[in-house]
Amino acid sequence: MGIKQYGKEMALECYQKMSKIRQFELKAAELFMQGEMAGNIHTCVGQEASAVGACMALQKTDFITATHRGHGQCLAKGGKADLMMAELFGRVTGYCKGKGGSMHIVDIGVGMLGANGIVGAGIPIAAGSALASKIQKTDEVTLVFFGDAASNQGTFHEAINMASAWNLPCIFLCENNQYGVSVCIDRVCNVENIADRACAYNIPGKVVDGNDVFAVYEVVKEAAERARKGDGPTLIEAKTFRQRGHYEGDPQMYKTPEEIEEWNKRDPLPRIRTEILKARLAKKSELDSIDALASKEIEEAVEFAKNSPYPEVQDLTTEVYAVDNERSVIR
Amino acid sequence: MRSISYSKALSEALHEEMIRDESVFILGEDMGLMGSVFGLTKGFMTEFGAQRVIDTPISESGFTGMAVGAAIRGLRPVVELMYVDFATVCMDPIANQAAKMRYMTGGQINVPMVIRAPGGAGRRNAGQHSQSLESLFTHIPGLKVMAPGTPYDAKGMLKTAIRDDDPVIFIEHKILYAQKGEVPEEEYTIPMGKADLKRPGKDVTIITYSREVLFALEAARELEKEGIDAEVLDLRTLVPLDWEAIETSVKKTHRVVVVSEAVKRNGFASEISAQIMEGVFDYLDAPVKRVAAKNVVPPFSPPLEDCFFPGVKDIIEGVKEVIK
Repeated sequence: MGIKQYGKEMALECYQKMSKIRQFELKAAELFMQGEMAGNIHTCVGQEASAVGACMALQKTDFITATHRGHGQCLAKGGKADLMMAELFGRVTGYCKGKGGSMHIVDIGVGMLGANGIVGAGIPIAAGSALASKIQKTDEVTLVFFGDAASNQGTFHEAINMASAWNLPCIFLCENNQYGVSVCIDRVCNVENIADRACAYNIPGKVVDGNDVFAVYEVVKEAAERARKGDGPTLIEAKTFRQRGHYEGDPQMYKTPEEIEEWNKRDPLPRIRTEILKARLAKKSELDSIDALASKEIEEAVEFAKNSPYPEVQDLTTEVYAVDNERSVIR
Repeated sequence: MRSISYSKALSEALHEEMIRDESVFILGEDMGLMGSVFGLTKGFMTEFGAQRVIDTPISESGFTGMAVGAAIRGLRPVVELMYVDFATVCMDPIANQAAKMRYMTGGQINVPMVIRAPGGAGRRNAGQHSQSLESLFTHIPGLKVMAPGTPYDAKGMLKTAIRDDDPVIFIEHKILYAQKGEVPEEEYTIPMGKADLKRPGKDVTIITYSREVLFALEAARELEKEGIDAEVLDLRTLVPLDWEAIETSVKKTHRVVVVSEAVKRNGFASEISAQIMEGVFDYLDAPVKRVAAKNVVPPFSPPLEDCFFPGVKDIIEGVKEVIK
């Protein structure tokens, strides 16, 4: 069957989203290295297919939680490049008015419940969102993105156990990008697949090629149907690769040239491009113009961010509390 | 007026809020079938169903994190940690998630959850079940902290905590559960951040909260026999702090003893003492005195535990030190 079954519209939507994420990340990395941004950023170059494939299989009303490497996950769920770029620049027009930065992007309107700076912390939060849907008897599904390293946190096991015990409408999607900062997962985990851990909780565990957007889409779609029917959670492991460092500027001495070369061959962007062309779903010129449009959107996002003001100094003490903020921060 | 126990008062608050607001639900260890180890939710599971009174596995980090997720989706979870000591097992969802979500997202998210947890010593529960850890929470911006000392306050404050749109750490005292006091039948709430003058006096102010309120009142009665008229100010809420009440009292008595069951070093009594020094130093006739627990692990053996945290005698001695 191949990708023809998805049709031109969907194939191009996947391509457009992946292209936009790639360009957002490369532009952010470039600006960061030029000293335009403070703090640090974690880019998801090489992992675009898992974010896009997963979110394509969800409905608008479904929820996700994202990781500290979450720009792509947010964009895939429908987040806005300009608001995110402005946040990376620490500007008041950003998603969090400059108070959160790269690791704390939230866009409730598109069902993006939050990126997180603590590895593994989003997993119970997502399970709690799924619990809320169950208590309120609504039919949204919550998908949590997390990395291979997060699967070694207690929160992963605790949340997945409760989600299984209570049949929560939750999808646990592990983007196994092989590395937790500098440590390769095979050095700190003695199971071949993280998805194998699903059997400990009596739920389905699926391994999928995380660089194949349509493969991810299929497996998440099945998991979402299962969750929506009330049949409980699924653990999915999308095997992928973090092409860049943990942070921008990371010399990555811990990777071997062989593995980099190997994974570069499986880069999800050239791959979907080739597939679309091979299936004759679009011409090269159409894909080029999608790239150009995405590039324009990112350029505009950068302009928007750069032209936006910083927060005012008095904003420092606002919004800590919803009620009685001033009194609660003064002493 | 009828007299009910502190635990009954808390139970009524939970019950009334669950009836009033469908978004309120309870989760924690042994909260459902058993009705909680201190009996607060007896019968709740039958009445409200297992979806709103949830027996969790022993996974404090997991279920506290889940409460954060449910809260940002608009529900009002009330989590019970069986002992406040267990909060150290789940500090991430409390300190890094619940407390920070609102600020970090530029006000996009509220986290309307309550974490109820009994603290305090006196039950021979030893090192890991007897601590007073309130200053771990008062140190984290984004959290509100309440610690009632009477059945009346416990009920009115818990109702307020549940209705508040911020994460509230609600520290109960395990010894107080059986303590009885007057609680009206009719509905009432107690405002967040409002101290209560439990006993007016003119010679010295004893500032305290939770169980030590009872010791302070007893100390005040003893001191009265010696002609010392002590004022007892119960803070009730630690964050936000009722500074006006503190300021008014200090300007009236000019002498202050701050009493806390927590260990002295870095305790909340130190914070109150520092704020008084900064804010109303000119009104003081003596240095502020802290009366708090020894800087040790809560011991098991009764004679050791009895001298670990401050009692009536220690408060009386403290008062005499600032009054001489």
